[in-house]
Amino acid sequence: MPESRTAKSPMVPPRSFLWSRRIFLTLLTGFVLIPVYVMVSSSLKPLADVTGTFRWLPSGLTVRPYIDIWSTVPLARYFVNSLIVAGSATICSVVVAVFAAYAVSRYTFRGKRVFTVTVLSTQMFPGILFLLPLFLIYVNIGNATGIALFGSRGGLILTYLTFSLPFSIWMLIGYFDSVPRDLDEAALVDGCGPLGALLRIVVPAAIPGIVAVAVYAFMTAWGEVLFASVMTDDATRTLAVGLQGYSTLYDVYWNQIMAASLVVSVPVVAGFLLLQRYLVAGLTAGAVK
Amino acid sequence: MTTTAFQEPVRQETPGAAVREPRRRTGRLRRVSLPYLLLLPALLLELLVHLLPMVIGIVMSFKELTQFYIRDWGTAPWSGLGNYKVSVDFDAPVGKALLHSFFVTVGFTLLSVGLCWLIGTAAAIFMQDTFRGRGLLRALFLVPYALPVYAAVITWVFMFQHDNGLVNHVLYDQLHLTDKRAFWLLGDNSFYALLTVSVWKGWPFAFLIVMAGLQNIPKELYEAAALDGAGMWQQIRRITLPSLRPVNQVLILILFLWTFNDFNTPYVLFGKSAPEAADLLSVHIYQASFVTWNFGTGSAMSVLLLLFLLVVTGGYLALTSRGRRTADA
Repeated sequence: MPESRTAKSPMVPPRSFLWSRRIFLTLLTGFVLIPVYVMVSSSLKPLADVTGTFRWLPSGLTVRPYIDIWSTVPLARYFVNSLIVAGSATICSVVVAVFAAYAVSRYTFRGKRVFTVTVLSTQMFPGILFLLPLFLIYVNIGNATGIALFGSRGGLILTYLTFSLPFSIWMLIGYFDSVPRDLDEAALVDGCGPLGALLRIVVPAAIPGIVAVAVYAFMTAWGEVLFASVMTDDATRTLAVGLQGYSTLYDVYWNQIMAASLVVSVPVVAGFLLLQRYLVAGLTAGAVK
Repeated sequence: MTTTAFQEPVRQETPGAAVREPRRRTGRLRRVSLPYLLLLPALLLELLVHLLPMVIGIVMSFKELTQFYIRDWGTAPWSGLGNYKVSVDFDAPVGKALLHSFFVTVGFTLLSVGLCWLIGTAAAIFMQDTFRGRGLLRALFLVPYALPVYAAVITWVFMFQHDNGLVNHVLYDQLHLTDKRAFWLLGDNSFYALLTVSVWKGWPFAFLIVMAGLQNIPKELYEAAALDGAGMWQQIRRITLPSLRPVNQVLILILFLWTFNDFNTPYVLFGKSAPEAADLLSVHIYQASFVTWNFGTGSAMSVLLLLFLLVVTGGYLALTSRGRRTADA
């Protein structure tokens, strides 16, 4: 007997439910897995296999694509760039969001409403709206101060960290609201400063929410394409742009593209799956209340 | 400061207050300015990366900004409402193309959000109970969401290839459903290709949110319903779906904004210029700005797009009480 919704009042799902579930989940699994299978299997095929008609099974397995990807394009460099950019953007974004969400959750102050509404509404800006203006601002800042933002990792970090900021702040406000106020009030009475209360009480209690926000920020930065293709040069190119290098004028090395895609994806997917419990917990308390 | 620094500042006068007046004042100042200090980094960043560019973008939309002026964009001549007139002149080529792109985007967004919501909700409800393999399945279902956009979409590009792709191999070679190998990334089919990829990538987010929402439904509701003799399907219709309403309102708004503004998916799928049938506004504006070098018109189009989103979001929030509470948060 399948376990039921509650232990107290066992209810056997009717056959119609079980059959719909079986059919639906099977189809969905196929839909989800086919591209993953294509990615994995094609990355192990010789070039001849991926340039001809598609084959479900490779004619021969080879790890050659995994060796070649590093020399066809400077993949290692792109990898390091992506890691630096996405990592820094994540850390900065989380810190900034924690402070902002704490202020909104725990204090009343003038302009609070204006702030939250403004930050949330930036969520609806189409990226294309501020691509060119931002590019001009970065160039102007560079000309005026000598700080190279355009073409540098710094500019990209600055851009990406604001991409995840609205959603992160919004989620953390909800999460902090669910941390009992008595806890940090007690800390204040015990002589902690407000920052002490935040760092010692609120942050530890909100770890699932903070991890969820960090995962979201990292994925946003790791997957962004538009700004990465406009704002990077040879030295600072990230993976999002770098993968385009496998298509030459004459050949598209599909097996190498698939191998590189897999190499690029594995760390993110593994990290995400490890932390997904936090994500659901964070969403439950923060975004879905 | 020893007293609480929260919502209701304690203002009672204590004996000896006069003596400690200076300390109190700095404490008060700290108390008042602290929230602003905490907000400062977020404010500065939002200002630099979101609001300032938006203002510049609006100014640019009133200028005749072509590649000749881009080095020193301030010197570009004013064109008043010229760029807007060009954008909304639906009898001329530019306006006509923009209107077409608008309808494509609206249709695409509605279909994609609808399907993502439907699949995500169904999967979450079917997986509410525990059964063997549930944990594994849940992890699998999150893979499309976790994959970096370019890696996932480039795999779909490979699958949609005319000669060596899986889609044509299955549909033409194996199932004989089509009479010839179709082009999926050109012509009318490109709309369905884009929709497929967008749904494949987007539904797990709906799944995640609905799963989280399901955890907040009190178990007692189901118990009471079961006692009253309600079957599983009835419980889903009478309890689960109505309880998800507030969650759905936020979820659908987020999905709508993300899908409507999505640039990464069409860009990796089609490159700098998308086929007419899948010409989403984000790529359309990119092309107007960076391929045909007409930044003024591109900016005007962006502003129109933003106005549209503001109106839609505002209307949506006004319609849903939960939305209002979120904005107030």
